[in-house]
Amino acid sequence: MSDSPAEPAAFAFTAESAEQARAFIARYPIGRQQSAVMPLLDLAQRQEGWVSRAAIEAIADMLGMAPIQVEEVATFYTMYNRRPVGRFHVQICTNLPCMLRGSDAVLDSVRETLGIGIGETTADGLFTLSEAECLGACVNAPVIQINDDYYEDLDAASTRAVLEALGRGETPKTGSQTGRQTSCPAGGPTTLTSPAAATERA
Amino acid sequence: MPKLTIDGREIDVEPGTTILQAADRLGIEIPRFCYHERLAIAGNCRMCLVEVEKVPKPVASCAMPVADGMVVQTNTPVVRKARQGVMEFLLVNHPLDCPICDQGGECDLQDQAMAYGSDRSRYEETKRAQPDKDYGPLIATHMTRCIQCTRCIRFAAEIAGTPVLGGLGRGEHLEVTRYVGETVSSELSGNLIDLCPVGALTNKPASFRYRSWELRRTETVDAMDGLGAAIRVDSRGNEVIRVLPRINEDINEEWLGDRSRFACDGLKRQRLDRPYVRKDGKLTPATWPEAFAAIAARLTGLEGSAIAAIAGDQADAETMAATKDLLAALGSLHLDCRQDGAALDPTVRASYLFNSTIAGIEQADALLLIGTNPRIEAPVLNARLRKRWLEHGLAAAAIGPKADLTFAHDWLGDSPALLTELAEGRHPFLATLKAAKHPALIIGQGALARDDGAVLLGLARRIAESAGMVREDWNGFNVLHTAAARVGGLDLGFVPGPGGRDTKAIIAGAASGAVKVLFLLGADEIEMGALGDAFVVYLGSHGDAGAHRADVILPGAAYTEKDATYVNTEGRVQRTRRAVFPPGEAKEDWRVIRALSEVLGHTVPFDSLDQIRARLTNLNPLFGHPGSLERALWEPFGRPGATDDRPLASILDSYYMTDPISRASTTMAACVAAFGGGCNHHKAGHHA
Amino acid sequence: MLRDRDRIFTNLYGFHDWRLKGAQARGDWSGTRELLAKGRDWVIEEMKSSGLRGRGGAGFPTGVKWSFMPKVEGERPHYLVINADEGEPGTCKDRDIIRHEPHKLVEGALIAGFAIGARVGYIYIRGEFVAEAQNLQAAIDEARAAGLIGPNACGSGWPFELYVHRGAGAYICGEESALIESLEGKKGQPRLKPPFPAGVGLYGCPTTVNNVESIAVAPTILRRGGAWFAALGRPKNSGTKVFCISGHVNNPCNVEEEMGIPLRELIETHAGGVRGGWDNLLAVIPGGSSVPVLTKDICDTVLMDFDSLRDVRSGLGTAAVIVMDKSTDIVRAIARLSKFYAHESCGQCTPCREGTGWLARIMARMVTGDAEPHEIERLDQLTRQIEGHTICALGDAAAWPIQGLIRAFRPELERRIAERQSRGRAA
Repeated sequence: MSDSPAEPAAFAFTAESAEQARAFIARYPIGRQQSAVMPLLDLAQRQEGWVSRAAIEAIADMLGMAPIQVEEVATFYTMYNRRPVGRFHVQICTNLPCMLRGSDAVLDSVRETLGIGIGETTADGLFTLSEAECLGACVNAPVIQINDDYYEDLDAASTRAVLEALGRGETPKTGSQTGRQTSCPAGGPTTLTSPAAATERA
Repeated sequence: MPKLTIDGREIDVEPGTTILQAADRLGIEIPRFCYHERLAIAGNCRMCLVEVEKVPKPVASCAMPVADGMVVQTNTPVVRKARQGVMEFLLVNHPLDCPICDQGGECDLQDQAMAYGSDRSRYEETKRAQPDKDYGPLIATHMTRCIQCTRCIRFAAEIAGTPVLGGLGRGEHLEVTRYVGETVSSELSGNLIDLCPVGALTNKPASFRYRSWELRRTETVDAMDGLGAAIRVDSRGNEVIRVLPRINEDINEEWLGDRSRFACDGLKRQRLDRPYVRKDGKLTPATWPEAFAAIAARLTGLEGSAIAAIAGDQADAETMAATKDLLAALGSLHLDCRQDGAALDPTVRASYLFNSTIAGIEQADALLLIGTNPRIEAPVLNARLRKRWLEHGLAAAAIGPKADLTFAHDWLGDSPALLTELAEGRHPFLATLKAAKHPALIIGQGALARDDGAVLLGLARRIAESAGMVREDWNGFNVLHTAAARVGGLDLGFVPGPGGRDTKAIIAGAASGAVKVLFLLGADEIEMGALGDAFVVYLGSHGDAGAHRADVILPGAAYTEKDATYVNTEGRVQRTRRAVFPPGEAKEDWRVIRALSEVLGHTVPFDSLDQIRARLTNLNPLFGHPGSLERALWEPFGRPGATDDRPLASILDSYYMTDPISRASTTMAACVAAFGGGCNHHKAGHHA
Repeated sequence: MLRDRDRIFTNLYGFHDWRLKGAQARGDWSGTRELLAKGRDWVIEEMKSSGLRGRGGAGFPTGVKWSFMPKVEGERPHYLVINADEGEPGTCKDRDIIRHEPHKLVEGALIAGFAIGARVGYIYIRGEFVAEAQNLQAAIDEARAAGLIGPNACGSGWPFELYVHRGAGAYICGEESALIESLEGKKGQPRLKPPFPAGVGLYGCPTTVNNVESIAVAPTILRRGGAWFAALGRPKNSGTKVFCISGHVNNPCNVEEEMGIPLRELIETHAGGVRGGWDNLLAVIPGGSSVPVLTKDICDTVLMDFDSLRDVRSGLGTAAVIVMDKSTDIVRAIARLSKFYAHESCGQCTPCREGTGWLARIMARMVTGDAEPHEIERLDQLTRQIEGHTICALGDAAAWPIQGLIRAFRPELERRIAERQSRGRAA
């Protein structure tokens, strides 16, 4: 927690977010509104790009929590950014299954393409690079998550292509970059291959 | 009742008891850092691991409820190894700066490391450092020493009701801290220091000023508020270094308010360490004989009716008794221990006591607060109210100041008319009180120290009676005193004799010239400018308002400097013990009165502490039973009449500076600067 | 090999429509009302007789777990909580169920909720699964609109509401009591046990926490009968299981197979075999990062189920098979896992908070050989100082991979240290 970011003086949910926040709170029993702290932090982050102290205090106030309790949550979970990030938050998984499938090369490719290291943001504010723990798509390793989207079965070249497309304002295809169907073996399924299989009733 | 065996010894315990508690009862020591009997169980330090038969892994004894037939071993090779392992992990990131740590010598980690630590570290990586925090003027932080036991977090959230502390981040980066922009301003914050098992949180005003083993410990009683908490005064030479709470389940459990703990630097400042006599308008140092001679000269030829005495908030019973006798010998009936003019009725003891008792208030299931803010008037008592509310619920309402009391309550308003409504059964909260098993009220001095105080007291009595608060098995009528001296003064009759003047009349008499000599026993809170030309003799410890007005100053002793008797708000007779000597030429106050009486030719008949205490018992047999409580008889009190429109408020507007000692304290001044008056807590969430 | 007609997840890869219509065409939501009409006890007995053991890693029998809930709802409501916080390295099966078979999960949630007396269920899904959470929410909305869940679920008279709760990046929330804490809006720190969730769980109420896969297979088990499921696999290790095969195989994939399938067959039949052939195999982590690594000689014959893998001092865990061929830097591989556990320790218990980081730092030096030979022993000792001494099993999970490494690859550790030291002397 070195140099702190510039904290905005105030935070308020937009009308639309406030409506969503109310819907989230309604998912939990009366008096258990604290349960909504995670969705509300996510909502605040989607609105502001990160979770500021002002947002923490606003959420604490909405949920009847002490600010420190909201801050505990905001700092415990890695998805809440406690400082601003670039428009594209590139999170590369380097955990074992990705490592075995070449995440070193993918990381090198990101570094080269963007000219930044882990924890850094490009000068144009477009990309922030973070190292992620297992993203839970291990049979499609290596994997990068950029904002809400997964890019899978990457190699150095496809990684560069995705990042460059984003940089150009395009919307690259998400999921497997080798064209295979989700977690199905490359080359086609080894199970349920008969046409009837899929509709066979229990 | 489950029966279990610990280290071969059998014990029966209540269901729900933990292994650690059962072991404690057997005197079997199990080391612990995170566990604290008054806090929620965290189970995180893992130091208290024990072996339980048929359980494959070592068990955290602090968190494991006993089961019938359980067989526990607390000292096996497996257990020792587990604890050694935990100890090694605790020490890898602990700085081992014991030689410069204030906790050194009284540190749980240091002690346990002697038992379970290794003489060398196997940790060869970089140690973690954590930035220190600003916890305000009372608590110094050395966060690198923190072992993340979370006791402080739990205390702030659970006991104090001010959840400003938390653990940020996770894993080895877990960092205990406060919310940025919030102060650690609970009136109970000093207890965090006691709870911290290491030197992460230490006493800031006393920082680097002592090694614990150099201190002389005196077990005594607090006189900084009306509760009389059990305290330990640690001194070196003739200096009080620090004040700590002792356990007294009947009063303070093991907590202490910040003023009681931290105002002790005020014991060294502004002290009256020699007599003074006003000469040509200027207070001039004098000898004792000169001071007494000046008083004797002024008294010569005066009728008793021209003499009066007012006792202040920290006057001890011995001094009041001696003074009462002296005034009687001088022919005066003008004396009062109610310097604030509170309408306390000395004839009905139940009318001025906290009848439910301090511990007993935890039984209350419905509570009405009248003209009081217990959080600043008696924070330790307030913690009990919060505890009751948290653990069993409490239907509470307040008529008086609007305040964050750390427990949920309905603020009914601050108009005295509400009391009339309640007394006449016209307010809905009366039904809540009536429906309760143990309804109670607490009336503060803010409701009594007013012109209509006796009317309000009477209304409170009517409310208590109609709500069923006063029964054979329960008396929920409670007066909360803020002055340590008050109940003792009432009990020994330091009140006007027949036809005598009370505080208000004494002051009026002084202004008019009818009262020519006025003795102030540490009374500093009266309107000094209203005393006209009266000759004021001030007997007290500090150069406060009374001393400035005085014509003769007689230097007395503070509560840490004398063996003295006080009676707390619930009517418990308690005795302080001298920890250090009064400074300079100052003396124990009753001995000053005794010496003066001799000079005046009206020698009061006691030369020793035993004799003066016999006199106290003679004035009221209750003084012969220190420590015990006696239920007071319920008789009519209060007077009918109209109430004022003036809103009900607390008698105190600041927590930190209430008396000559705390007003002399630079630490308390720093608290006012940092925290304001207390209860300035804004963002602590809702107590819903 | 499992016959296609015994496969439960017929849309595992998402070739077909995952929405309600497609799901119903594949048999989901068929006769649900009739299943519920057979009553709570029947459902629990059938689940018990199926032998289904929890698919989240611990392998506790699901039907037995359901039976722990109070029979009658008291003052405190019951809750069903579904653990979709999939994050064990190597594991990505729940993701496929959620995005491609969400109706199996929603239907299973209703049945489980009915069985344990819960009128409300929460699905706690890891925060990174944004698209998956959207599919799941859509499925819930569809089911509710169709009256399959809601005030009168499937016309059964049982009310059941299901909500999605998104996590935000904390592996530890996969531990059930940490998940409950998180769901209550706190840090995901595991709770002390006892009390167990069935007594004191979410909001202090009786709660059952089940893995996604355990819940999603329940409707099919009930439709086809517990006996059908029990007949698959081996005794006490019955049924089908979604395996995740990652790492050095030719075709990494997820696949539903029979419990007890030989590891080698699993890899060769579905994942195209080990890269460079079976003889190029170095080692396999058979059940997600928390279980000890197996050397090739064990992999040659071991069966993929709870008891077989326990017998070789490893575990089935989440059935996430991480394959490593001979090109693998095995020390670096395990060191990466150590870094993971240090990163994911909640920080509550001393041994895990202080120990996982220490382990990770020693392991980082072991990768380069920058260590002393005696540190191998120390490493082992430290893992045993953590193992079994913490509130939850994360401490154990951090310990086991290293213990497995030392057990199976001690000579490699020693070789690196010696090599480094000789280089040091040369320089």
